[in-house]
Amino acid sequence: MMALLEFINFYLIPGLVLGSIYALGAVGITLTFGILRFANFAHGETMTLGVYFTWTLMQITPLHPLLILPIAMLLTVVVVLGIDRAFYKPFRASPTIMVVMASFGIMLMVRSVIQFIWGVQLKSLVQGIQRPMVLFDALRISPKHILIMISAVVLVLAVHFLLSRTKIGKAMRAMSDSAELAQLTGIDTEKVVRTTWIVGASLACAAGVFLAIDTHVETMMGFKLLLPMFAAAILGGVGKPYGAIAGGLIIGLIEELSSYPWIGNEPLLNPGYKAGVAFAIMVIMLLWRPNGLFRGKVF
Amino acid sequence: MSVLSLDQVVGGYGDTQILHGVSMHVDPGEIVVIIGPNGAGKSTAMKAVFGLLNLTAGSVHLDGTEITNMPPEKVVRQGVCYVPQTANIFPSLTVEENLEMGAYVRTDDFGPRMGEIYQLFPPLYEKRRLAAGTLSGGQRQMVAMGKAMMLEPKILLLDEPTAGLSPKYRGEIFSIIRTVNGTGTPILMVEQNAKQALKIANRGYVLVDGKNKFEGGGQALLDDPEVAEMFLGGGAQKSTS
Repeated sequence: MMALLEFINFYLIPGLVLGSIYALGAVGITLTFGILRFANFAHGETMTLGVYFTWTLMQITPLHPLLILPIAMLLTVVVVLGIDRAFYKPFRASPTIMVVMASFGIMLMVRSVIQFIWGVQLKSLVQGIQRPMVLFDALRISPKHILIMISAVVLVLAVHFLLSRTKIGKAMRAMSDSAELAQLTGIDTEKVVRTTWIVGASLACAAGVFLAIDTHVETMMGFKLLLPMFAAAILGGVGKPYGAIAGGLIIGLIEELSSYPWIGNEPLLNPGYKAGVAFAIMVIMLLWRPNGLFRGKVF
Repeated sequence: MSVLSLDQVVGGYGDTQILHGVSMHVDPGEIVVIIGPNGAGKSTAMKAVFGLLNLTAGSVHLDGTEITNMPPEKVVRQGVCYVPQTANIFPSLTVEENLEMGAYVRTDDFGPRMGEIYQLFPPLYEKRRLAAGTLSGGQRQMVAMGKAMMLEPKILLLDEPTAGLSPKYRGEIFSIIRTVNGTGTPILMVEQNAKQALKIANRGYVLVDGKNKFEGGGQALLDDPEVAEMFLGGGAQKSTS
């Protein structure tokens, strides 16, 4: 019984929290890949930027980070739309590799600007240590984890509503299927591209802030998430938002569960190797099922 | 006045010139077929209407308005719908969502139009909640045409609608084309199965090496010994195999 509770408290719940964060980030990556047809290396920096906007706003208002989040999302979206207009739009008809390189450059640029403005020292969004809530005398779960998971579910539902119920959301899926046919059909492809950036940047900002609430604020935090987010997008099948959500949860859970003492008393995998787990999953998926886990199922 | 007219159109992709002076027109209510050997520029002539290639000379008019070199997203708004040969549906969207996307540029209520499309293609109504990619070849072609019809276009351009379909479906598609045309929509199409296509066509054009070679009524072209020998022999063999 104790063992089971320990498993839930220290492995399963952190895994779900980490997985929700990966999932939100991976949706942006997979949408950019499906609609703009390139792997966006700067996506991690979008997260970092969102976190620093939130941190700055928190210095001037006493509000909880989750209340500030919508404003930070808006600021992030404005910056990302500006970047698209200045750096990606001129490359719209160029070969993919040029756009990927452009995104690489933007990744370095944005990170340097963040380091220049805010410095490289660690900061934190939430001060002090939160006491976990104890449910049923044994289940320990900290309020911030509950908030993160609920917020992630709300955002995922919002994305689902957008993609399945709204005209622009359906146009996003259509363009992800075939950009050429979307154009022939008369779909405003530039509007779809803008919406994709808006959704991707908002979710990235949210994911970054959730991670910052769970851990701390630093300039490399987004970049460190890039690999697991790509792994999640590939696991779910690149271009499929629902796949990316599932992929994110799976990667987050596997990373945390990999250090559980499944055999004997030692962790199965030294927690220091956690980051390698996502990489291993990505390599295996690319070799075994490059189209993602959910073959045949569209969306 | 013609719904659509091409006048001495010259153009191609990049530096490769494919059309060396093609002229054709489609009158109200007509089905017009473009036939010819491979590489004659049949599909290219159709793409020229839709702004998908660079025209260096000649002009394209729709209902008297010049649309030469107008980009595709604008040509759609002018009332021309184009159904490409392949990749002409959004496979991950449901049948109904495909039709909705067909009506993307409409700002009015397209509900009644969707009802008409379902009446025209009853199988689509039954499968409206299914991903279009799961449908059979013939039904996908219905989705592609239904999607294009959502705009109530002034003219419908079809690029080899029966390519890759079995003879059974081919007949079905030709009867669908007649049905669509029966609602008053003029159709310009490129077709490999020349014999079958000319049978339902009012008129036809034979293109060779990017130029007009023959033109005339559908039946007249079928009866023309030269056309029959050059282009219909192979086509006839193919359609009976």
